[in-house]
Amino acid sequence: MDMVQTEKLVFEYEKRDEDGNVIGASRAIDEVDIDVKEGQFIAVLGHNGSGKSTLAKHLNAILVPTDGTVWVDGRNTKKPEELWNVRQAAGMVFQNPDNQIIGTVVEEDVGFGPENLGVPTDEIWKRVEDSLKAVGMLSYRHHSPNKLSGGQKQRVAIAGVVAMEPKCIVLDEPTAMLDPVGRKEVLKTVRKLREEKKVTVILITHYMEEVVDADKIYVMDHGKVVMEGTPREIFSEVEKLKEYRLDVPQVTILADELRKRGLDIPKGILRKEELVSEITKILQK
Amino acid sequence: MIRDITIGQYYPAKSILHRLDPRVKLVSTLLYLISLFLFKSIAGYLAVTVFLVGIIRASKVPFRYIVKGLKPIVMLLMITVVFNLFLQKDGEVLLRIWKLSITTVGLRNAVYMAVRLIYLIIGSSLMTFTTTPNELTDGIEALLHPLNKVHVPVHEVAMMMSIALRFIPILLEETDKIMKAQQARGADFESGNMIQRAKSMIPILVPLFVSAFRRAYDLAMAMEARCYRGGEGRTKMKPLKYQTRDRAAYVTMVVYAAAVVAIGRFAPLQVWIF
Repeated sequence: MDMVQTEKLVFEYEKRDEDGNVIGASRAIDEVDIDVKEGQFIAVLGHNGSGKSTLAKHLNAILVPTDGTVWVDGRNTKKPEELWNVRQAAGMVFQNPDNQIIGTVVEEDVGFGPENLGVPTDEIWKRVEDSLKAVGMLSYRHHSPNKLSGGQKQRVAIAGVVAMEPKCIVLDEPTAMLDPVGRKEVLKTVRKLREEKKVTVILITHYMEEVVDADKIYVMDHGKVVMEGTPREIFSEVEKLKEYRLDVPQVTILADELRKRGLDIPKGILRKEELVSEITKILQK
Repeated sequence: MIRDITIGQYYPAKSILHRLDPRVKLVSTLLYLISLFLFKSIAGYLAVTVFLVGIIRASKVPFRYIVKGLKPIVMLLMITVVFNLFLQKDGEVLLRIWKLSITTVGLRNAVYMAVRLIYLIIGSSLMTFTTTPNELTDGIEALLHPLNKVHVPVHEVAMMMSIALRFIPILLEETDKIMKAQQARGADFESGNMIQRAKSMIPILVPLFVSAFRRAYDLAMAMEARCYRGGEGRTKMKPLKYQTRDRAAYVTMVVYAAAVVAIGRFAPLQVWIF
């Protein structure tokens, strides 16, 4: 079944002059078609201003399309009566962990979503405990979020979304403001959630290393989907990726350079281990 | 330095005060604040002091932490003391400096006013130290619920308060960062007179406001994304239910208030220390 589907999605910002008169429109998203099946891990890559965050906001009905349609769990996000169902079906984690935590105690923040949904009290407690356990933050439940590290805060934010039991989690650059340790923590948590809770994950990012495990990658540039395919297909085209100002992982670049110099290495190397085994193969010949 | 401000902040601990129903704490705080102005005798001060010390003990909040919360009101305290000290004409003159004079009544009022103010701040900050903002919001919401009938947006107001409290430390940290960034580029916040110093705050306030608005926008979006739609149809993770200890606290407060009133009325008014 389709979890998320967009059909010729267009979103335009109104351009205004200093007096607030509309002087035109600029397209942030230009006829984007994406298709996410249940349980998949989808990555959307793009440089700043590529429209990837705007796309993310459509999946949660924070923005509604200017043209075209977005279907989330079979519901049209344009219909006002579906708004809350859409938001429950697709939970959203934002970039800045400080600006999305409402509670002053970790467990109260995680309970905020279920409270809004009108979940009965006992059930809220169960969900809070489950989701804190799922992100590995249960021992911090009575802590103040202000005293946590960036990675921990982001895990709390993820728990807050998990507690609403969404079918799909949209992560909008969840690691952009974190240090390498925090980034690893968050990615590990996301991986664990996919394995244990079988949720669909849509990860929006500009770090290519994060999307190696994805089932499918969409690359966006200037509001358009310019590439789509499996990580291996995408990573094979190093030159093209550089053109879209994406940071290709070091291993992939190294493998690509080696191949250009005549070594017999296949395209689209994703991991260090792969390159190592390819090189050993050559050496043993 | 700016991060030291502890007023209005929650202090996590496991005490009887932390466990009390926020409604009890709100009503008690109000009662306590009123009680501070119900007496004039030294006996009254003693009674309040005993009560306050007991409450501080029960809260398990370190005394030093509480005192740190008094820092921001030092200025206010000084002004009150100075005004009381010099502008009181009644009573025996103790000291005369030029046209100003310190009288017994003035000295007494100054000391008592200062003590009252300090007690007032300690008492009310004890409530915020022992109550999470969410509980506070719930308490205020429950207590003010009847106002909903006259179309006062009680839930929204309570939510705004709790968010404001949540963002105090974040904005303080931000102020600190901006100050350091400006200082690194040669800004000077320490020298000059009052007006110059106030002026030098502008390069801090402008970026602070800009970032506060951005945060507000982000937060509103995050709240909507988590299905926040006002108070209607919302359930509570921690619903308010009175326990035995809450009833006991109410009784304690009534006894305390009655004692203070009684002391204020019957204890001899003129038992002064000097």
